[in-house]
Amino acid sequence: MNVEQQWTTRLRKRAVATLPPQKLLPDTQPAYVSSWVYVFGVATLASLIIVIGTGCILAIGGPSWWHNSSIGNFCNSLHMWSVEIFFFAMVVHLWGKFAMAAWRGGRAMTWMTGVVTFLVSIVTAFTGYLSQSNFDSQWISTQAKDGINATGAGGFFNVLNMGQMLMWHIVLLPLVAVLLTVVHVVLVRIKGVVPPIETEVAP
Amino acid sequence: MKRRYRPDVDVPEWTGGHYPYDILKEGTIALVVVLLITVTLSIFFGSPDEPAITIKAWSTAAPIDYAQTAFSELNGTSGTASYGAPYNQGDSQRLGPLQLEKWMGVRIPINAAQDFVLGPLQSLPGQPALTSALHTFQTASDATRNAWFDAYTKAEATMSFAKDQVVVPTTAAGPVPLMINDLTAMARSGALDQALLTRNSFYTTNYTQTLLLLSDGTYLANVAQQQHLLGTQWGMMNETGSYPGQAWLWLYTLWYQVPPYSQSSNGDVEVFGTLVLLSAFLLFVPFIPGLRSVPRRLGIYKLIWREHYRDQS
Amino acid sequence: MLVGALFPLNHLGHYLHWHFINVSVANTTVMILMIAVFVAAVALPFPGRRERKGK
Repeated sequence: MNVEQQWTTRLRKRAVATLPPQKLLPDTQPAYVSSWVYVFGVATLASLIIVIGTGCILAIGGPSWWHNSSIGNFCNSLHMWSVEIFFFAMVVHLWGKFAMAAWRGGRAMTWMTGVVTFLVSIVTAFTGYLSQSNFDSQWISTQAKDGINATGAGGFFNVLNMGQMLMWHIVLLPLVAVLLTVVHVVLVRIKGVVPPIETEVAP
Repeated sequence: MKRRYRPDVDVPEWTGGHYPYDILKEGTIALVVVLLITVTLSIFFGSPDEPAITIKAWSTAAPIDYAQTAFSELNGTSGTASYGAPYNQGDSQRLGPLQLEKWMGVRIPINAAQDFVLGPLQSLPGQPALTSALHTFQTASDATRNAWFDAYTKAEATMSFAKDQVVVPTTAAGPVPLMINDLTAMARSGALDQALLTRNSFYTTNYTQTLLLLSDGTYLANVAQQQHLLGTQWGMMNETGSYPGQAWLWLYTLWYQVPPYSQSSNGDVEVFGTLVLLSAFLLFVPFIPGLRSVPRRLGIYKLIWREHYRDQS
Repeated sequence: MLVGALFPLNHLGHYLHWHFINVSVANTTVMILMIAVFVAAVALPFPGRRERKGK
């Protein structure tokens, strides 16, 4: 059998051609990449890592740990504040990329995966608020049910079912959010950082 | 033929220089900085954790509100009893010709009178007076029940609570006063919390019934109002205490504050529809002429890339 | 209530109310900080440019 015809070989060749190592982990950047605005993408990634890390620590203690242990409560604080920073950085990143019209030059998919990741993150954070199992989640769930029910989704995505919301929060939605983030970052690496806006091109 | 250059879509090939940039080092620094800020904020401010409200706490703090809510479940006038899909038959919100709620059907069936009043009362053992009252209620005709409900409703305004008893000044309401009184006692003992949760299973993670009952009373909303969490207070964005909340929901909660949404009986689905539309605009910015030119017209990019443009000129 | 912080923010918050707009001081602080950080990120010079010139 011809090695070149193997699925594995073809996949590897294609992957390496699309995203060669020097693009995946570049050691240089174009000269125009020189502004603090560029740090908010990586800051969003960094806070996502901390959000997931603190979430994993909370998972070790289980879904009522933060109510009755000072350490659990502190980890709950870490999780909450890293989420606040995550959204902070992500929104500033969004503003920056909008200001730079970063979809130019065949980067529309990068922009769109970013927007979808933002929306999925909002739903993920929302299910986190529902999973707190305190007064806040009681109130948020009884309010949110009307909004979700009005769309017809309430019968499948029951915000009053804490077990279901916790599963969505710690398994399904993070999985989607992380996958989208990976696709987004890989697209950024494939296409490179968008060059400055030029109102006209030199002939 | 070469396509015309579109400044909001195309980029010229970059022919300028490159310089060393340590992407891993940048990532590590970002991670350390974010971790430090997170730890600092957590040490200083902690996080909110207002205890959840139980049916026991509610009926102990506000027995009359509880008893009135229980009665509204029994006579079918509560929010849950008349909710519609996905809980039971009833009205549905509309978005033009769309009745998404109704089309999806009753997927989480709730019979308010049976689930919140009759069922829990039937689970109480060894109470002959209650057993007899339940029998009287369940064998009565609809007309008789309605007469009892009317009598109870009229007397409800002067309902009082004394010596652990719900006192309703009427003799024309048949078994209803005894049922509501016993249910209130059950709620105050904490037994109702358990009955609603463990009816179908020992292990429980589903609080649908308890939360629906809680939200039918005014007690939960009163506590929420003190915490500035009501929908009309932009509550969706807010957190208990003085903590920042889900500020990123500002665009969602905004619509609930302004007409026509704030006055519409289809407000929820209309706000949702609006948000879907706005999200689509954000998603498809790269393809929407006019919208995709906004960054170029704003000119913030000139500041961001000022060194590049300076080098160019 | 567990002791988990030096200055817990559990007291009732303050709210800014203007016409139909009603935002907590905490959320307002976050939003003002976001705008300030964005403006600073655009306006402040990014270090390291000068040394790069020589490359």
